[in-house]
Amino acid sequence: MSSAADILASSELLAKYEPVIGLEVHVQLATRTKIFCACPTRFGDPPNTNVCPVCLGLPGALPVLNRRAVEMAVQAALALNCRINRVSRLARKNYFYPDLPKGYQISQYELPLAEHGHLEIEAGGAGRRIGITRVHIEDDAGKSVHEGFRDSDRYSYVDLNRCGTPLIEIVSEPDMRSSEEAYAYLTELKQTLQFVGVSTCDMEKGHLRCDANVSVRLKGAGEFGTKAEVKNLNSFRFLREALDYEIARQVAVLEGGGAVEQETRLYDPSTGQTAGMRTKEHAHDYRYFPEPDLLPLEISEKWLETIQASMPELPAAKRKRFIEEYGLRDYDARVLTATRPLAEYYEKAAAAAGNPVEAAKWVQGELLGRLNAEGKEITESPVPPEHIGELIRLIAEGQITGKLAKEIFPKMFATGEAPSKIVEREGLKVMGGGELEGIIDEVLEKNPTQVAQYKGGKKTVIGYFMGQVMRATKGQADPKQVNQLLRKKLG
Amino acid sequence: MDVAALTIDRIREDLAARRYSAAELATAALEFAQAENPKTNAYLHFCPERAMAAARRVDERLARGEDPGPLGGVPVAVKDVILTKDVRTTCASRLLEKYVPPYDATAVARLEEAGAVILGKTNCDEFAMGSSNENSAFGPVRNPVDPERVPGGSSGGSAAAVAQGTAVAALGSDTGGSIRQPASFCGVVGVTPTYGRVSRYGLTAFASSLDHVGPLARNVRDSARLLQVIAGRDPMDSTSAFAPVPDYLAGLDEDIRGLKIGLPKEYFQDLATETGDLVAAAVETLKGLGCEIREVSLPTTEYAVPCYYVICTAEASSNLARYDGVRYTIRAEDAESLIDMYRKTRGRGFGAECKRRIMLGTYVLSAGYYDAYYLKAQRVRTLISRDFQAAFEQVDALVAPVSPFPAFKLGEKIDDPLEMYLSDIYTITGDLAGIPCMSVPCGRTADGLPVGLQILTNHFQEPLMFRIAAAYERAAA
Repeated sequence: MSSAADILASSELLAKYEPVIGLEVHVQLATRTKIFCACPTRFGDPPNTNVCPVCLGLPGALPVLNRRAVEMAVQAALALNCRINRVSRLARKNYFYPDLPKGYQISQYELPLAEHGHLEIEAGGAGRRIGITRVHIEDDAGKSVHEGFRDSDRYSYVDLNRCGTPLIEIVSEPDMRSSEEAYAYLTELKQTLQFVGVSTCDMEKGHLRCDANVSVRLKGAGEFGTKAEVKNLNSFRFLREALDYEIARQVAVLEGGGAVEQETRLYDPSTGQTAGMRTKEHAHDYRYFPEPDLLPLEISEKWLETIQASMPELPAAKRKRFIEEYGLRDYDARVLTATRPLAEYYEKAAAAAGNPVEAAKWVQGELLGRLNAEGKEITESPVPPEHIGELIRLIAEGQITGKLAKEIFPKMFATGEAPSKIVEREGLKVMGGGELEGIIDEVLEKNPTQVAQYKGGKKTVIGYFMGQVMRATKGQADPKQVNQLLRKKLG
Repeated sequence: MDVAALTIDRIREDLAARRYSAAELATAALEFAQAENPKTNAYLHFCPERAMAAARRVDERLARGEDPGPLGGVPVAVKDVILTKDVRTTCASRLLEKYVPPYDATAVARLEEAGAVILGKTNCDEFAMGSSNENSAFGPVRNPVDPERVPGGSSGGSAAAVAQGTAVAALGSDTGGSIRQPASFCGVVGVTPTYGRVSRYGLTAFASSLDHVGPLARNVRDSARLLQVIAGRDPMDSTSAFAPVPDYLAGLDEDIRGLKIGLPKEYFQDLATETGDLVAAAVETLKGLGCEIREVSLPTTEYAVPCYYVICTAEASSNLARYDGVRYTIRAEDAESLIDMYRKTRGRGFGAECKRRIMLGTYVLSAGYYDAYYLKAQRVRTLISRDFQAAFEQVDALVAPVSPFPAFKLGEKIDDPLEMYLSDIYTITGDLAGIPCMSVPCGRTADGLPVGLQILTNHFQEPLMFRIAAAYERAAA
């Protein structure tokens, strides 16, 4: 727990209370173009270049809803086990801000795209189902730039490239009871959405943004306490720190005889604290009303079926299948389904190897470790999954030993070459037949004392011979075969 | 040539006969309009370069032996709430005084593709809010019939230009009667098409669910010609209709014998006036043309004005939020904070009527009031639409007055907003129902003030509406 939180309330005090947390998560959909116009959603272009009359909110411009954005939002909602509203409505959310050129955001209010979903999470060793109230679509605002200009002391600048980027907002039920659960929920949410391919969920680029509604109540109390909305939780670490701080702050307020105020608070990562932004009296009245420029959004049976058919297997289902079909342990299945490309990689490797358990070991142990060390994604792996399969087959066929394979793998990783090629070039084949027998005979001849000991009943001395033979073959012999030959020759 | 007497048919003939070129016509029309404009202030500004370029394109087509387009060479005016690329579009507001849009409204682009020559941009009430054109930041428009009187509004400049002869036809916009009422006040034809029939792309939004772009012209045929060109699906406007556009000229010469015409009785109460008499005479004319006249009832009419002023102000409060000082013409540079900048900019930039409507609209959408006002108004709107549907089961079309009174004097109603709002009492229902409706001149009062007859038909029944209007126009001539 962060030190900022420790100062506020002791763990004894905290233990008296139960936090109640709900998250509002904004996710940028990975469409190529914006939600109401054809401008690109590309990140990092010069300011105010990816704009047109529609996303600039010029007089007379009208929105036209991006079909692909709706499909992605429906995919996300289906992945979150939501019920899709066959007719939903876009609505205007009115507020003034310099980076909001229309003076309103086009969002959804009554009749959102989807409702009544849930997500299964695991926190503290126990599984929990977190309810999802709603998923709705909306457009993003632009970006105000307050620093970096010569006259930044007097003016702010506005970049409208991001304006009109499609977002979904995913509102959870207040079902989380600790920062760990909130962390697990956000993790599962991110993984699920990445799996479906509707968003990169890149928090650094703002593709995943999180606000939290937090309250505390005495354990066993029936009613919720007054909640505060905490904003700016834009990394997993910030989420946990901010929640821990806010929980401790509210406990301290209540223990001090005060009352928690309903307000919006901003998390400051540099102090680890939350601070009040505006209270309820100053809360925005967004004056929502149905967007008259857009017709009600209808999702036909046929369209919904098409979208459903396009859904990939979701992480939870995939985990289950990996355990049942491939005989993986729960932990391994979890690791290998962390992302869709990783799961796909693993399945290819398993198929090529003809041995899913061995493939899991190699992918997790050798490959992921090396990728992590180089900060690479699975998609950037220099080793294709077929090569891992081939390596496992070479071992199974007795052509190389496991020990040899471990020496070959770094070379595969460095060069991208197939293991068979490396084996051939470096002459790493397993030594067998007459050559191996000759070496064994030689070792036995050189060590008459130990031979005598063995014959005298001290069978453990075979370990000594093994070592000698392996050293003499430079590890190119199959230990199993060496062991068999030794026993035969020693009688 | 007598520019003020031209019709579209006449121009087509003259250009085909090479009596003058489109460029010559444009030059003459511009000269005439610029010379006449001080009398009415109908135009806010002219766009001679754009006009001459358009005229030259028409002449090039003619020189190549091609058709000059359905509106080839026709000098038109465009209400200044409709965007024209590279030509100032002010919405008659200080807030957009210097605003030059980077794109054309779909209706404007279609006019020019059809060969029309846009002379300039016409005055109107600020952001199309008003019924007298007195809410323009750039001075009122005077009615060409009587300069002491208003031309109606909000498309007062477009109606005045057509009546004055400084444009053969014009584009206006209608949210609660803003085409039909000024058309009736100035004695020209004004058409509000079915909602969704003409793209709103490039029409500065006042109340999106009620805004229409439509034509004003000196006769029914010309108005139909303009609508023919600007109507049709536009992928840039999600609310524009997919229904194919029929030939609006085809039925214009047909008789109207046997048509059932309904008179909504609610529109004829309290109409023991000259306006009432003129409309009654027009009804007699229709009867004489073989129409069967029936009284019908639109019982929810009495709720139309409050319903309209809740919905249109709600939408306006949102649509006008973008004029916040961050962009466009005006920004209060003496502001101490962002909020202060918003307040000062908008406080100084908007005229009284816009402010009134923004405040009303903000109020009716506020938390705690939404259900009582906005939601209820939407329900009333549905009832009003149902009234019309029920009426159209009994009759083919409805006729009614356009306005309870003819053009009033400048300043007469400007200090009494409620009285002003009531001048739209017969026109806002058509907008609320989204049905096509038009004003066709039906005579003048003893003072010489024009009065309009309103014809309303069911959704997409513009051909029937034009047919009745044309038959009446012929009979009344």
